[in-house]
Amino acid sequence: MRARSDLFRRLSAVRRVRAGLRGWGGVGAMAVVCVLAVAFVLLLPLTQSRGEAGADLGGQQTVQGTQARAPKCDEATVQDQSPSPSDADGTTIDAIKTRGYLNVGVDQNSYSWGYRNPNGSSGALEGFDIDVVTAIAKNIFGSSYSPEKVRFRAIPTDQRIPAIQKKTVDMVVRTMTINCERAAKVAFSAPYFVTGQQVLAPKVSTITGHNDTLADKKVCSAKGSTAYERLDADKTAHTLPASVDIKDTVPNQLDCLVKLQLGETDAVVTDGALAASLAAQDPTVELKGAAFTTEYYGVAMNLNATDLVRRVNRVLETYRTSTGPDGWHASYTKWLLPTLRADSKSADPPTPHYK
Amino acid sequence: MTQPPKSSTAPPGTAVPTMPALPPQSGRSGAPTPRRTPDATPARRTALAEGVDQLRAAATTEPGRLRAIGALLAVLVVAFGAVAAWQTDSRATAAGDVLHHSQPLSSDAADIYRSLADANTMAASGYLAGLDETPATRTQYEKDVRNAASKLVTAAANADPGSSSATYIKQLNELLPEYKGLVESARANNRQGFPVGGAYLRAANDTMQNQMLPKAQDLYKNENERLSADYGNATPYPWFAIALGLLALGGLAWAQRRNYQRTNRVLNGGLVAASAATAVVLLWVVVGHTVARAGLNDSYDHGVKSLTVLHDARIASLKARSDENLILVSRGSETTTLPDKQVVDTYDWGYDQQIAALGKGLKLADSLADDSAGRKPVAVANSSMKVWISRHAKVSENNELGKYDDAREGVIGAKDATAECFNSVDASLNSALIQETKEFQQSAGDGLDAMTGLTVGAAVLAALGAAGAVLGIGRRLSEYR
Repeated sequence: MRARSDLFRRLSAVRRVRAGLRGWGGVGAMAVVCVLAVAFVLLLPLTQSRGEAGADLGGQQTVQGTQARAPKCDEATVQDQSPSPSDADGTTIDAIKTRGYLNVGVDQNSYSWGYRNPNGSSGALEGFDIDVVTAIAKNIFGSSYSPEKVRFRAIPTDQRIPAIQKKTVDMVVRTMTINCERAAKVAFSAPYFVTGQQVLAPKVSTITGHNDTLADKKVCSAKGSTAYERLDADKTAHTLPASVDIKDTVPNQLDCLVKLQLGETDAVVTDGALAASLAAQDPTVELKGAAFTTEYYGVAMNLNATDLVRRVNRVLETYRTSTGPDGWHASYTKWLLPTLRADSKSADPPTPHYK
Repeated sequence: MTQPPKSSTAPPGTAVPTMPALPPQSGRSGAPTPRRTPDATPARRTALAEGVDQLRAAATTEPGRLRAIGALLAVLVVAFGAVAAWQTDSRATAAGDVLHHSQPLSSDAADIYRSLADANTMAASGYLAGLDETPATRTQYEKDVRNAASKLVTAAANADPGSSSATYIKQLNELLPEYKGLVESARANNRQGFPVGGAYLRAANDTMQNQMLPKAQDLYKNENERLSADYGNATPYPWFAIALGLLALGGLAWAQRRNYQRTNRVLNGGLVAASAATAVVLLWVVVGHTVARAGLNDSYDHGVKSLTVLHDARIASLKARSDENLILVSRGSETTTLPDKQVVDTYDWGYDQQIAALGKGLKLADSLADDSAGRKPVAVANSSMKVWISRHAKVSENNELGKYDDAREGVIGAKDATAECFNSVDASLNSALIQETKEFQQSAGDGLDAMTGLTVGAAVLAALGAAGAVLGIGRRLSEYR
């Protein structure tokens, strides 16, 4: 009896297999539909991307066109092109007050500049840039200011300008260097910090700075950064030995510190402010030599938000000179003095010049 | 109607001698040759020539022919039995390998793959939680790493030296400590509040997702190929044995018909027994294989295929989860430029890809599940995934609005977080995997059972059949004594 039921079970298994085989027709049809759908999906962006690429090209051409028509921008004085300070409210400031909060694009991973301290009680953002934002927000909102009046948004480096142009944020305070290319797309405040490209290496390293001691060494920099462009230019101009290996580029300057700690690279080149932020996370590395360029950080805003730019310049005037606990010097002492030291050219705020 | 003419005078023992295996010194063969008896041998010739002559002489006499027929039938039946035993044995071995060797190895490889992906997810969740990291997350991470390491040892023992599997295992063995080092550095830096910890975690994630998981996946694919090869060896019909069996049956039928025509006797006991034995073996081989094939094919269609799809879906959900965590860990540190020039957050984009893969996998798993026990966990996973997607949208919104703490709470928090959804998806997929493994073992076990005893049975029955054929012919032959 058991044997027979066993046989029945097996025969039913045979039937199931046969039914399964018939089911393959359906599966085959589904596979064909899937292939067609995938082909469709794959081909669709191809046709679209061609259109968008064309539009992009056109956009770039217009930008170049306006640049050509505008008065010639000089990299040496671009930081002096900000409009003069003013306390007056305008459409942009009114809109911010109506909205009830300030949208600010910041970095959340730059130690000492803008980062989330995982061990802080509130997990709030801290750093030099954040202090600047707080000073601006306090001025705009006056007595109604509270930390909730500022919304910090994490913005990737290459999204700083698009975010301002699309008005996703009112301003970007994110170790952003003022230069001609950017000044054509966004409005900068007067500079609030001066720094320059600098070399970071282990304390025990033979590297002494941006010089021949970099020969045969691997130097890490962030992809598409000013540091990389400068190193490349210096190699071409023979101000740096040809044997300096600058092939190591990473998405973020923090990744350079990882490589330095793992021994995969010998030195990091980034601007002094960020190099200091890296050095602050590892007591065995230090800044080597003086800064070999001069760069100014500014608050970036929309080209049309002149009222806001003037107001920010006004805030910065007071902020730079204040000696109180909410002033520039107090913030420098708290975040940057330990690694940048007092003899750095960053140790004093830059003197602003206006248009 | 058996009419044994001289049955009593022909004891089987004496009937056995066949062919020319008899003293060559005289022209007379061992058995009586009533008709053409050659006269005295002319001159001494070589033994070989004499043997050939004897054979030629034997072929022209009925007893000689009978001896040849008997020998041929015996050889056919024995050959059939031997080939059937050999072919069924190789198939039964392959089927046994499917059940006891290649499927467990494939399952182990899947486990390595899953453990690694799970470790990465736990590391990312633990990092994001920071000081709030639960011991459970930490324990799970350690367990995953240990599990992957020990399963790699099993896989190494079963990989042929120099094979691509051996290379993958070697590379995974090298990368695992490297990965773990990066995770520990990330953790140590995070504890001190250094954002470089996040960079270490991204490096760890990159090592895992772009180097280790692809290798683990290739290893899994290799093991699945071995499994498919074993299926390929286990399921084809033993056509050679079947053809020989039919030939042997035909030969026996012909011999009996010849016997009937010459003697008018209907049945010859020995030959009937030989035919019966051969027929039984043939039937057994055919039916046994049909049933075994059905079981094995069923185990492939409903077991192996479902298992593969479920494993893939589970990996997709794990990758989606680690990407979701890393969105908040990397905080916009890494972007990817899509082919259409659009710049997106690397991990946000990765999450979207993996969730889409999970959805696709669940749909496929549902279509492959053959009963409600298989479909139910898949349905639960599917509905959890939908909640996950909707909660993730809320997390993204909060993150973009700068409400970082709300976003973080939405991912790893205790209430209404995506963690809950991910856990449910993972648990459902796990129970679906257990269910499908059970079904696989059931079906493959049934298939293997159908071949039980077939090898020995075929050999024994064929030997009996050959003996029957020889006895049957011997009985006829003894009439010429």
